[in-house]
Amino acid sequence: MSAPALTEPLGQPIRGPRALGDSWSRFWQLAYNIARSEFKLKFFGSALGYVWQVMRPLLLFGVLYVFFVLIFKVDKAKGAAGHYYGAQLLGSIVLFAFFSEATGGAVRSVVDRENIVRKIQFPRLAIPISIVLLALFNLGLNLVVVMIFALISGVRPMLSWIELPLLIAMIALLSTGIAMLLSALFVKFRDIQPIWDVVTQILFYSSPVIIPVETVHKELAHGALDHFLYHVYTLNPLLTVFQQFRHAMINRHTLSAGQALGSWAALLEPLALVSVIFVVGFWVFNREAPHIAEDL
Amino acid sequence: MLPVQTGASGHPALAAQGVHKRFKIPEERTHTLKERALHPLRRTRHEELYALKDISFAVEPGEFFGIVGRNGSGKSTLLKCLAGIYRIDQGKIWCNGRLSTFIELGVGFNPDLAAYENVALNGIMLGLSPREARARYERVIEFAELEDFRDLKLKNYSSGMHVRLAFSVAIQVDADILLIDEVLAVGDASFQQKCFDVFNRMRDEGRTIVFVTHDMAAVTRFCHRAMLLERGKTVSIGDPRDVADRYLEIAFGREVGYVDPNVGSARMGDGSARVSDVWLGDDRSERRAVAPQAEPLTLKALVTFHADVSDPAVSMMLLNEQRQPVVVATTEQDRENTGEFHAGEQALFAFSFHNMLAPGRYHPVLTITHRGGGLDVIDRLAGGLSFVVSGVTASGGMVEIPVQTDVTRWISPPLPSEAPSTGGAR
Repeated sequence: MSAPALTEPLGQPIRGPRALGDSWSRFWQLAYNIARSEFKLKFFGSALGYVWQVMRPLLLFGVLYVFFVLIFKVDKAKGAAGHYYGAQLLGSIVLFAFFSEATGGAVRSVVDRENIVRKIQFPRLAIPISIVLLALFNLGLNLVVVMIFALISGVRPMLSWIELPLLIAMIALLSTGIAMLLSALFVKFRDIQPIWDVVTQILFYSSPVIIPVETVHKELAHGALDHFLYHVYTLNPLLTVFQQFRHAMINRHTLSAGQALGSWAALLEPLALVSVIFVVGFWVFNREAPHIAEDL
Repeated sequence: MLPVQTGASGHPALAAQGVHKRFKIPEERTHTLKERALHPLRRTRHEELYALKDISFAVEPGEFFGIVGRNGSGKSTLLKCLAGIYRIDQGKIWCNGRLSTFIELGVGFNPDLAAYENVALNGIMLGLSPREARARYERVIEFAELEDFRDLKLKNYSSGMHVRLAFSVAIQVDADILLIDEVLAVGDASFQQKCFDVFNRMRDEGRTIVFVTHDMAAVTRFCHRAMLLERGKTVSIGDPRDVADRYLEIAFGREVGYVDPNVGSARMGDGSARVSDVWLGDDRSERRAVAPQAEPLTLKALVTFHADVSDPAVSMMLLNEQRQPVVVATTEQDRENTGEFHAGEQALFAFSFHNMLAPGRYHPVLTITHRGGGLDVIDRLAGGLSFVVSGVTASGGMVEIPVQTDVTRWISPPLPSEAPSTGGAR
């Protein structure tokens, strides 16, 4: 039987590996189930699974709390905005932990799952997305602890709590964009990992996790250079999320994200940045997806 | 060849047309962003390796199709292209029906999870919906005979249990088209037999199977058709027996005229004639390196006379790998005389028989003698040629003579002097 010399389609064409594949439901099911089994592993993998998951940010919080509240008394210096500084700090730490887990975990994710990438056809994007989902599950658990802590500290429920899903959506979108970008680039450039470790450290200290926006604003209030630096500082989308979290979730006396940036319209800048990162991340991943299996 | 049913649409189950695949192999791999940043203009030179060149074929629904080839011939690459794991550079591939790939057993198994989680996750990866993946769990566990160990983590499974689960997961998939890559390479003989039993069942169910292998016995046993790849090109498509023979020819073909030093090539005799050439096959221009089992085999020797010789006899002895003579034949047996030959003349001596040799390599030793004595040697050529007998029957004996077997119950009549014996059934 000779091969058909036809150009008309002879059925479903096989187009090779892609980022998303044909079916959204398959993509989501895959990403969700990979994340779920990883989560189960962490959760039930050790006797104190849940405790360890919560302990990490809590330990960091403990150290920072001792230094900045008990020794340096950061909270006393700022009047009403300093109230519930502990809950503010813990909230920011937990949100940053999500960001660093989602992006840092995604870097190696595709390469570490080499065995399935090279042997099964499936939408490649499911791998980094599953990492983000896993971090999201953990964030959910940690936020429960944050809210309990806040309530114990004296924070009362507020209507603005309904903003929480929006804040999570924004940081998740940012993390997803970076996760797609880094996991695709790591296949070709193996020094992405140390570079990203350093960038994460820089982001931790340049975001309002420990040092509140109000303090930075006061310090950078003189001259054009200060103005420029403050503008760069507020471009960071993490700042928008952390600051609005403080304002809407913990303490109404802190600056809202809009106030910190100068105007609500200025919020468009970090939002645009998130969109650009997401689009670029997807574009790069989509471009690399067909030949990831060969480049590994 | 079994009749092949055509799908409802009249389309083949799987079709490839003009498929090209090349890999870029960078000479020096810039593996870091730093290098890239420091030398942004340096062009990364790379060699291009054509793994597949213009491959076209069609597999009909219900067909068992084999892809064979030597290492590096591109067969696994082709399978990955069919599976959609590699993107092809040119050409088209189509499929009709759900496709499932098994390049390795137990891909994506997580040793820290229990069987249930792994089965479900693996099913979803292979393209099942979560509901389907969970629904087949019971069947998988049952087939793998692991009912008592369902809650055990995979890392606590024995390797045998692991393979059983992996195989069970692989076959309990409701795919119309299965792509299988040397899954059988793992596992012992009984496991391989189990695999083949399943393949046979799937074949009977009308599923389409594309099977990549080195194992010619498996190809001839199971495949309806087969394709031979060599250096990324299709060498032949067709009957598995022909393809298997071609494969062996290519695999050993390079070694035409291979001289085994152990056989020794010292020439003996008075030199009045010389064996100037010896080859396998009918025609001198089409020398063969492989003699298929159960087919006629012809070995020819060209003798050049340097002096007048009357009635020379040529004998041929085939040595196997253990240097044991398996076949000895001489023209003396058949012929009264071979004639008068003068200096400068040539004669062709042929030895033909139905090949019943066991698979393996053989070395012919040719001897020209003066008629009568047998010790009066004119020339002796050993190690001038070796060839391979290809075949799927290897009973362990030196030859594969068709043997008729029969079983009947024997009841020995009781002898008057002895007590009735037990009379074992034979």
